[in-house]
Amino acid sequence: MNLAVNNTSLFLAAMLVLVALGISLWQKLGLDKDIVVGVVRAVVQLFIVGYLLKYIFRVNNLWLTLAMMGFIIFNAAWNAKKRGAGIDHALPISLLAILASTGVTLGVLVLSGAIKFIPSQMIPISGMIASNSMVAIGLAFRSLNSQFHDQRQGVLERLALGANLLDASIAIVREAIRTGMAPTIDSAKTVGLVSLPGMMSGLIFAGVDPVRAIKYQIMVTFMLLSATSLGSIIACYLAYRNFYNAQKQLK
Amino acid sequence: MTALMTLEQVNYRVGDKQILHDVNWEIPAGAHVTLTGPSGSGKSTLLRIIASMISKTSGELFFDGRPIEDYDPIAYRRQVSYCFQQPTLFGATVEDNVAFPYQIRKLPVDSAHVLEALTYVGLTEQTLHQKVTDLSGGERQRVALIRNILFLPKVLLLDEVTAGLDEGNKTIIHDWLRHLNQDRGVTTIMITHDTQEIAAASQLMRVVNGRLEVGK
Repeated sequence: MNLAVNNTSLFLAAMLVLVALGISLWQKLGLDKDIVVGVVRAVVQLFIVGYLLKYIFRVNNLWLTLAMMGFIIFNAAWNAKKRGAGIDHALPISLLAILASTGVTLGVLVLSGAIKFIPSQMIPISGMIASNSMVAIGLAFRSLNSQFHDQRQGVLERLALGANLLDASIAIVREAIRTGMAPTIDSAKTVGLVSLPGMMSGLIFAGVDPVRAIKYQIMVTFMLLSATSLGSIIACYLAYRNFYNAQKQLK
Repeated sequence: MTALMTLEQVNYRVGDKQILHDVNWEIPAGAHVTLTGPSGSGKSTLLRIIASMISKTSGELFFDGRPIEDYDPIAYRRQVSYCFQQPTLFGATVEDNVAFPYQIRKLPVDSAHVLEALTYVGLTEQTLHQKVTDLSGGERQRVALIRNILFLPKVLLLDEVTAGLDEGNKTIIHDWLRHLNQDRGVTTIMITHDTQEIAAASQLMRVVNGRLEVGK
């Protein structure tokens, strides 16, 4: 393997952070504190995860693997919830949506033989699926919030005509699902042309034949489409009712 | 005439602000009521409570002898239909709007019935394919009203629906409302400042500072 990163080269590469900090200070963006916090968190979190994964991979215990996957899913749900400010039960909705989208997608991958049920495959793949599902749900929540605000009059008129809650909300729900899925579809269109994504780049770095590496990337593209569509649809269909009260009135 | 709608000691409050005070009102079946009063007096709030778009904070509201709480709100709103002052039209064309009442009832569009309603308010079959963005204010209001009456409600609640319209459009809507009230038995409650509309009412009420009074 041709992997040359060591502590010295990592330290020197940290100079790149100064570029971002310099731009923030020069342009008075006010992001310097966020950049420092972000970098420190990234380094600390990744070191902890690195050592943790090393241990989990070595132990190779089913329950420990499942616990790590559960931890990833809960964290993803917690972050998606933050985008759903004002939506009641945003955490359980996010949790269910991410659990279901990750579970179904992983299930298909394992049953089809694309990946093996071993910690070194299940945990990274769970993380990729859950994080994309998290982003999709976050976008969908934000879209629901802004549309129910901007299109309040239209929703009220549909209700006044005797529409049920789904009929009154369906245009908003569809748009929110679309918003959640859009980044994944866009990146699927440009994969290989604009970006050589993480999975593929990582394998190529590790010396795997690019033709073999793209097969993994194709699998990732498929799984992310499944995860974001399932995550978005489950979250939107569970969340839209929260914009109404028990008397079926818009809150 | 028996009361179709009865309000007893209806109050509405938002936080510390009392919007409606002890409203008592009997609305007979088939009445044509106008509701007047200064802006901000609580007229629209009262109409929206009757429409089940918001809920009273205390008091009783009976429709057809039963408390409003006994009804499923969706079924109720199909009987007591509210039309807004500046309606939003749905989708791209007029057709999308007239199809909506059928869609929500999971019924196929009755084209003959739609055409009859369009003709009654001076619109044609060609209007169906017109973009909603190309309609005049009067046409928009007429299309919006058609949505409310394709399935005839028992009560039609109209919140200043003719405000800002020209005389031609007002006349079309007045004639149509008279037809719905007198020939089809629809009880109409209309918020208005229009002297002609006030003069045509069978019952005239006023809301002043959140209190309902018999108008003069």
